[in-house]
Amino acid sequence: MKMKLSSKIYTGIIFAFLFAPIVILLIFSFNESKSLSVFSVFSLKWYKELMNDRNTLETVRNTLVLATCATAISTVMGTAAALGIDRLRSRWYRAAMNTVTDIPMTNPDIITGISLMLMFVFVGRLFGASNSLSFWTMLIAHVTFCLPYVILQVLPKLQQMDKALPEAAMDLGCTPMQAFFKVELPEMLPGIITGAIMAFTLSLDDFVISYFTSGNGFETLPIRIYSMTKKTVTPKMYALATIIFFVTMSLLLISNLVDNHDSRKLRKRKKSQDRQTSSGLS
Amino acid sequence: MKKIIELKNISKSFDGEKVLDNISLYINDNEFITLLGPSGCGKTTTLRMIGGFTQPDEGDVIFMGERINDTPPHKRNVNTVFQKYALFPHLNVFENVAFPLRQRRVSKKEITEKVNQMLSLVMLPGFGNRSVTSLSGGQQQRVAIARALISHPKVLLLDEPLGALDLKLRKDMQQELKKIQKSTGITFVFVTHDQEEALSMSDTIVVMNEGKIQQIGTPIDIYNEPKNAFVADFIGESNIVDGVMLEDYKVRFAGHTFACLDTGFGKNEPVDVVIRPEDVDIVPAQDAMLSGTVTSVTFMGVHNEIIVDIAGFKWMIQTTDSVDEGAHIGLSLDPDSIHIMKKSKYSGMFGDYSSFSNELDELSNPGGDTEE
Amino acid sequence: MNRPVKSRKLTSYRAALMPYSIWALLFVLIPLVFVAYYAFTDNNFQFTTANFNRFFTATSNLKNDDGTITEVHTYLLIFMRSLKLAVISTIICLLMGYPIAYIIARAGAKTQKTMITLIMIPMWMNFLIRTYAWMTILQDTGILNNLLGMLGIQPLHIIGTETAVVIGMVYDYFPYMVLPIYSVMAKMDVRLLEAARDLGCGSLSVLRRVIFPLSLPGVISGITMVLIPSISTFYISQKLGNGKFFLIGDAIEGQYVANNLHFAAAIAFVLMGILLVCMAILKYVTTRHVYGGE
Repeated sequence: MKMKLSSKIYTGIIFAFLFAPIVILLIFSFNESKSLSVFSVFSLKWYKELMNDRNTLETVRNTLVLATCATAISTVMGTAAALGIDRLRSRWYRAAMNTVTDIPMTNPDIITGISLMLMFVFVGRLFGASNSLSFWTMLIAHVTFCLPYVILQVLPKLQQMDKALPEAAMDLGCTPMQAFFKVELPEMLPGIITGAIMAFTLSLDDFVISYFTSGNGFETLPIRIYSMTKKTVTPKMYALATIIFFVTMSLLLISNLVDNHDSRKLRKRKKSQDRQTSSGLS
Repeated sequence: MKKIIELKNISKSFDGEKVLDNISLYINDNEFITLLGPSGCGKTTTLRMIGGFTQPDEGDVIFMGERINDTPPHKRNVNTVFQKYALFPHLNVFENVAFPLRQRRVSKKEITEKVNQMLSLVMLPGFGNRSVTSLSGGQQQRVAIARALISHPKVLLLDEPLGALDLKLRKDMQQELKKIQKSTGITFVFVTHDQEEALSMSDTIVVMNEGKIQQIGTPIDIYNEPKNAFVADFIGESNIVDGVMLEDYKVRFAGHTFACLDTGFGKNEPVDVVIRPEDVDIVPAQDAMLSGTVTSVTFMGVHNEIIVDIAGFKWMIQTTDSVDEGAHIGLSLDPDSIHIMKKSKYSGMFGDYSSFSNELDELSNPGGDTEE
Repeated sequence: MNRPVKSRKLTSYRAALMPYSIWALLFVLIPLVFVAYYAFTDNNFQFTTANFNRFFTATSNLKNDDGTITEVHTYLLIFMRSLKLAVISTIICLLMGYPIAYIIARAGAKTQKTMITLIMIPMWMNFLIRTYAWMTILQDTGILNNLLGMLGIQPLHIIGTETAVVIGMVYDYFPYMVLPIYSVMAKMDVRLLEAARDLGCGSLSVLRRVIFPLSLPGVISGITMVLIPSISTFYISQKLGNGKFFLIGDAIEGQYVANNLHFAAAIAFVLMGILLVCMAILKYVTTRHVYGGE
């Protein structure tokens, strides 16, 4: 379909607005001078400086450790939960699970962060700890906000799946356990992978919830960026942003490929079904 | 003949709703048996009980003399062709068919050999590397059959396997299924709501409704000697009228007394009289005991379907004669075209064509029998 | 319909749901109770409404442009301002986002995919850095004014104004408006539009009488997804508003930093209340318009 000229111009303006800050940021990460508004000479100076900044690199490591743990836990728990929700017969229980899954996604981050922090502080105080916030509280918080995304990726895959598949596997000689691993899991896998990638990027990127639940010297990258932007910012941070940007982008690309592959398969399946039904009508 | 499966006094409820009500039935070895009934009659539940996917609340499932109520599906020597085939989308055709063999750790060479042999049997040679999602409905159907047959089960369960196919393909597959059943000697238990399918394929038909077995018999028995108004109506078209059995061989209905072939009813016992539309002959009005006005004529291809109003009761008659709407005609009945049934709870519910129309018939007998 | 096997299998599925059920109870529901608990207690966990009294009565002096001083209710003012800026940002997002969603949904399948990915890309840049980048663009000596200078236009003073805060919010949450509207429009049956044309609608009236009513669910969820984060944000205002335009989020953060957890909880509690009211209104509007009344 061809686009009208006015549509093209409008689209151009919108994308210019969306990408201006990003392009500027990418460009100025290669700026020799410290200025963020005048570009002097191309250099990798800020990238070198970033590599020598032990504190920042430490927070990068922290962020990755945290994101990996949060992803692992939320993926396993979320997948199990999706399996359970899919088979729920009680309408009441199902509605309750849907609501509870919605809460972390619709609640503003600041409320999620504050509410978890208040509970951690209260419980910590019960045990006499003066500062109860740590890696562990952050991990709990991250798992909590990642879980709904995993569930919402896996659940549709289960709902699309023909419920007779595991039965067919058992009919053909599989124990229920084998039927799960040989038939159900492969069907869910694209959803699980997309969910895990989403959880990982969300955890990498999260600032607000982390801000309220971190403590005891455990700092992630976004928190470090926050404290850095309180003072004046050097293009070093832009270099960092550029790197993070490309890492997240490539993760997104992978998840897109997985999803594409899956949806192509699905389209094919649907097409062949359509063929059947339409020939049935003729 | 040897009994291979026996269901004894089986009852089953889902959420307090009785789906099977004290069902007993046996299945002979080497037989093609069909469970036939409208949606919600319990036929699929019965099939799933034999497959091991549903456990009865009461009663026993006996397989070759052994009670198997608690045997899980993977330990039963019974395989199923599922309604929408349930082919594994992540495996290709070959791997789908090989699935049960891999499960039993059969050697590679034997697997290749057997799978190819099976694919030839279902007329899909060379399809092994295809993705199952790229196949047409009929081809998927064949793969599902090959997969279910490859481990040579004693019994094959087929749950409305032809429901998703179009009419022509369905006819072909009916022939083919029958052929496969004959050549393999495996017992087929077939579930359908399509009475024509049941009549053309089965050795034995089990007609079910509302969780109860209405009649068991050969297709000919069931068509010619329906046990009650439900069976008469469900299998083919029927005019069902109230009558009184005056004595053996003598029945009175529609204001006249007719000779018939039925015996064994009480004197003056009220009965249901079934007359198949194709058994009625059209004669000049003055020569017949029954006469009436034609209210509608529908051309059906091989015959005309006409509705005749006889004293307020509408009869359906199938005839190759051409008749005009509004004509006054007479109907003649042979003694062997009159079938007498005992009164049942279905009496008076079927067999009157006063509200008949092709459109309504479509509505009341939807093609896809997915609700069960 | 296949009834699930009622056996050991079903109970094992139920067991699979247990960890998440417990997790959601402990870390989603109970924390919300703690917000209420803290909001209604003092530092010794005695019941009090003092936090709310403070919220509704605390005053401060506001210096006007002409040098006079007005006394205002601090938190009520902040609340009204947050609400105002969030609503303005949401409306701008809707006005900018709706046409683009429509254009994308009408494009070819491949173009659609590319354009949607492009819309989403800014979301994958860290939110803090995105905002900071706008700060460098909008500064009095920033890139925007450099560009305008080259064109011979007077420099604009944007940074530190409400406009800057709105620009930041619109930029940060724009994709949340486009995506839901797009996904509803992409699923729209083209035959409906053809039918409308067939029945005598011009392009504009197809848009007004068919496309817009059908896309309403997407619009509503877009509004929710922009309104909620922009009403509760706390970084944008600090950076782009030069700290002059405190919002609810900043108030909560400030009390958290000052370790006034009970008062922070009270503000959060009021925020939750306001959001629930907003949700209820939106829900009312949707049911009335989408499903045609009772």
